[in-house]
Amino acid sequence: MSPDAVALLEVSGLVKRFGGFRALDGVSFSLKPGEVMGLVGPNGSGKTTCINVISGLHAPDAGTVTFEGKSIGGVPAHLLARRGINRTFQSPHAFLGMTVRENVQVAATYGRVGPPLDPAELLASLELDQIADRLASELNTAQQKQLDLARALATGPKLLLVDELAAGLNPAELGRLADRLRVLADEGMALLVVEHLLGFIDRLTDRVIVMNSGHEIFEGSLAAATRDPEVVRVFLGGTHG
Amino acid sequence: MPNRAFRDFALVALPLLAALAVLPFVYSNQLLLFNFILFLTLAQGLNIIYGFTGFLPFGYVGFYGAGAYGFAISVMHWHFPPAAALAVAGGTALLFGLVLTPLLRLSGAYFAIANMAAAQALYQIVSNPALENVTRGPYGVSLSGVYAPGPSYATALAVLAGTLGVVIWLRNSNFGLSLRAIREDRISAAMAGVSVVRSRTIAWLLSALAAGLAGGVFAWHISVFYPEAAFDFSIGIFAIVFTLFGGAATLAGPIFGVIILYGIYNMIGIAVPQYFQLIYGGLIVVLALFLPNGLTSLLTKRGIRVP
Repeated sequence: MSPDAVALLEVSGLVKRFGGFRALDGVSFSLKPGEVMGLVGPNGSGKTTCINVISGLHAPDAGTVTFEGKSIGGVPAHLLARRGINRTFQSPHAFLGMTVRENVQVAATYGRVGPPLDPAELLASLELDQIADRLASELNTAQQKQLDLARALATGPKLLLVDELAAGLNPAELGRLADRLRVLADEGMALLVVEHLLGFIDRLTDRVIVMNSGHEIFEGSLAAATRDPEVVRVFLGGTHG
Repeated sequence: MPNRAFRDFALVALPLLAALAVLPFVYSNQLLLFNFILFLTLAQGLNIIYGFTGFLPFGYVGFYGAGAYGFAISVMHWHFPPAAALAVAGGTALLFGLVLTPLLRLSGAYFAIANMAAAQALYQIVSNPALENVTRGPYGVSLSGVYAPGPSYATALAVLAGTLGVVIWLRNSNFGLSLRAIREDRISAAMAGVSVVRSRTIAWLLSALAAGLAGGVFAWHISVFYPEAAFDFSIGIFAIVFTLFGGAATLAGPIFGVIILYGIYNMIGIAVPQYFQLIYGGLIVVLALFLPNGLTSLLTKRGIRVP
């Protein structure tokens, strides 16, 4: 990633309300191709809402989201998928009554950006090739998460929003996942990673945004974040810092 | 995929259509055979919307009635020949389906009930004495001028063939796969790039069209009927029961369902009519308890692909 690369994603003053609750309250950041950014914060701080708005599942109430220079606020999810934005889900959303191969085939057929994909190759790269003909409902949670990632990658996204993909994985699986995501970033994919496991974030990201109550309270390296008194207060409680 | 589609056609659709084409020459009760064709068409039409997208329309008969009256009105008032009247029948059901597309925003029981209410509303409009000049209201229609049992039977068979063709296509195409993805998880389907609204609207209209054409051939074949016959609530419910019993989202399931259950229905009705509802009701309860995913699930659970 060159430092002067043009931003792929620009989020500015993003507000999302649910009734009287402001889940996002003026969030702004930008992301360049090949950049990996972590989004951390306590439960309910607005991380997943932020991903939901960028991926088109929620329309923002105020603020702008631009992708490749064009405003995408309120554009439906399936059109964003076809433009190169995809995501994984905190709890995997596989098509349970369909085989692993069919799960990937749907995304490769309808959401594909760029040249056609060989689903077999993608499944092999994610170690899903041995179970390609099994129903998704027969997979364990770790495999379903992997399938969720496969479904997202089958569309060939330029921006991948990763929502707590690492939760519940063992250390070896975590390492492999981090390596895999790193390779995708090196190939030019921008990643926005929501994660509670700070070790995983540290291994993967160039910079983090720390959120609390819909606000962005810190932006910088993870090491700097852990020394920031406000961040420490939010994570460990009011008596510290 | 085309090979699988051809196999589905050759193993299931072709023998069924051939049998129904030959049977009138060896079996004299043509009306019963015709009713089998209607229910086979309705069960497959329902399969399109329920089996592939998960929407269960309790008022499915509304499309059938719309088709029957589309046919009747174009014959009575405009003196259309049967082929053109049948096109109107399909068009009327499509129009009714389009009007009802906002219902697809509802889910589960809400959709089922709203659809039932819509079918009931259409029935009330059609059977309203104030519309006697248009629909003949509650007094029924007579289309004796176009009565032609042979050609209408053959046309019903063609409508069934078309509906089977749609189901074969859905089972073996990427579009069908996208519908199944919507049924499994709407949000994930959108993230896979599937236009959820567009795809399920197409399935909904195809399903409406099948029932509308079935209603049209019913009007042609019967030629004299009352609105209660065209909007008989049990027609839609039978189509649902047959589809669920056989196994939705397959080609063979609804066919088994119709042949077995409608067969039993007629046998009990002739042999022991006084116990008909008891036996039939008990049978359906037992099936729902022990085979909730239909007959075909006995095979799919063992990893056997059912056409």
